[in-house]
Amino acid sequence: MAAHMDRIVMPGDKICDLKESEATRKTILGPGLRTEGDCVYACKPGVLKFREPNVYWIDTHQKRYVPVKGEHVIGIVTQKAGDIFRVDIGGSVQASLSFLSFEGSTKRNRPDVKVGDMLYCRLLVANKDMEPEVVCIDGQGRSSGMGVVRNGGFLFKVSLNLVKKILSSSCILMKTLGQKLPFEVVVGLNGRVWVKGRSNKETIALANAICASEHMTNEQIKVMCQRLADAVAGFT
Amino acid sequence: MESGDGSSKPSLAAMTCVLGDLSQPDGSAELTHGGAVVRAAVYGPCEVKMSKEILDKATIEVVFKPKVGLPRCEDKSRERLIHDVFEAAVMVSLHPRSSIMIVLQEMENAEGLMATGVNAACLALLDAGISMKFLVAAVVCFVKSDGSLDLSPETQRGQADLDIVASLTFVFSEKDLNIMCVSSTGKYSVEQYDSCLHLCREASKSVFKFFRESLERKLSKSI
Repeated sequence: MAAHMDRIVMPGDKICDLKESEATRKTILGPGLRTEGDCVYACKPGVLKFREPNVYWIDTHQKRYVPVKGEHVIGIVTQKAGDIFRVDIGGSVQASLSFLSFEGSTKRNRPDVKVGDMLYCRLLVANKDMEPEVVCIDGQGRSSGMGVVRNGGFLFKVSLNLVKKILSSSCILMKTLGQKLPFEVVVGLNGRVWVKGRSNKETIALANAICASEHMTNEQIKVMCQRLADAVAGFT
Repeated sequence: MESGDGSSKPSLAAMTCVLGDLSQPDGSAELTHGGAVVRAAVYGPCEVKMSKEILDKATIEVVFKPKVGLPRCEDKSRERLIHDVFEAAVMVSLHPRSSIMIVLQEMENAEGLMATGVNAACLALLDAGISMKFLVAAVVCFVKSDGSLDLSPETQRGQADLDIVASLTFVFSEKDLNIMCVSSTGKYSVEQYDSCLHLCREASKSVFKFFRESLERKLSKSI
């Protein structure tokens, strides 16, 4: 309903007149909303969002990651214990990773993973009552881009909102930056971003550009990317 | 605020806050209320010490740091009080076996430090985006030697403390403005308590309004 769209809500606010789907008479509540009895309350401060036909959620500004099943994250191996690696993904507990969940790994052919390595992985189990588990393969046993990220680059932390923003299809940051300079990037939904440009100078410039784009509109991003490309090329 | 009968009605001192200015914590706030200034930082949900782990809910840890020296008894009692308030307000069952840590640093001490601490902690929790059942707000009320009541700690600054015979801190939940906690020192009558409560309950509405305005300012920038 239009009256609900993009309204700022606070924890404890009662949210009335939610739109139900016409077929099932149901409403889908996303993050930040809870039910108590027959009423719906907000439990996080943020902007109430709505998508047709009946989906509601709250967009909050957060820095701490809470693992969600199926999300792609960047983790760091902290421990090697027998068949299992411990991976820090920024949540409240470290995730576990079996050495068999890499592409092409068998009991004989172990993957080359050391303590301190950076991994791009997917959450297989994420549940408030269980230890999270990550894997580096998809359902078909392929790596599909996941695995250990090597060869330098720069890893930094940003807020969860910025990560969601740069991954959304409406944001032109990555496209515009890519037109100016070639680079590699890995974005984890846990707020970690890894970038690598052609040189250290470019890598730093890219990292700064990503951090700076948090509160920018698409137009401002275009201007910033142009200025960045000029600065890297040595025009200023 | 002037009331109709000519006597000035006690009102709250102005509040200002800065949200999210610390880079390391997950949420932070600096709240100035009258003469008291408290900086709050929230970390969590993060890993918890084995000895403090609770199986079915999050552990709330509160640390109150005084301006100088080591925490004393009164700081420990403040920590305890703030802990109990937020254990009720935060949805602890959402993050079992983890810790939500609230660190409060006293920047300027004045009358009403406890209330400012609770409000700063609430703002920092909101900044961190931690799920809460309701908002909480603390208001402090002073009983003076002539029996009059005062809400604004600012007027007490620099004056002799002898003028204040009792101070009462109330913490309210936003839901129906119910009392969550009362902390009082000094000597006061039952009637004085009732009028303090009434006064603070009215004043808490403006604190909730302030929370909303602060968050709206922050969110309009970030989303």
